[in-house]
Amino acid sequence: MAQDWLKQIDQDVKQYDVVLYMKGSQEAPMCGFSGFVVQVLKKLGVSFKDVNVLMDSDLRQAVKDYSKWPTLPQLYIKGEFIGGADIVRDMYQSGELQDLLKQKGVGTPS
Amino acid sequence: MAITGTELKALLQSAFVDADIIIEDTQGDNNHYGVHIKSSLFKGKSRLEQHKMVYAALGDLMQDRLHALSLKTSEK
Repeated sequence: MAQDWLKQIDQDVKQYDVVLYMKGSQEAPMCGFSGFVVQVLKKLGVSFKDVNVLMDSDLRQAVKDYSKWPTLPQLYIKGEFIGGADIVRDMYQSGELQDLLKQKGVGTPS
Repeated sequence: MAITGTELKALLQSAFVDADIIIEDTQGDNNHYGVHIKSSLFKGKSRLEQHKMVYAALGDLMQDRLHALSLKTSEK
């Protein structure tokens, strides 16, 4: 079971430019940290695939195993694990996040 | 079962011996903490690596005793 999730996660982060593993959905985040990252991405006009880890506990564990990172949310940009809410906040405030998106060619309507 | 700020600080201090550590109980419930760690051990490491070091020091705590942790790491 958990093995399928690892494959799914690997596929998703490679298929979609930006993937956010979070609690809840982008329309209805269920945790402050997850909600924060959603807000940042929306502010930057980045469209992303959100995955609600609350829907399956095996998925939730697989997400942590895949990145070897113990908390949620988890942001991936072009297959690269960026970090959680704290790192996203730091990078957004310093402008690094915006630069990274540009550098990776992730479309944000300017 | 929650962890007290004192316990948390002691645990982190033993892992980051020279660090300046500030712990904030953000909701007063021994379960949501803001942690600021300034240590020379973070020198030259990316944010991701620095955070991973902190998570490694906390080990199993993240699984069951700590609900939310806001991490801020910086080089000393």
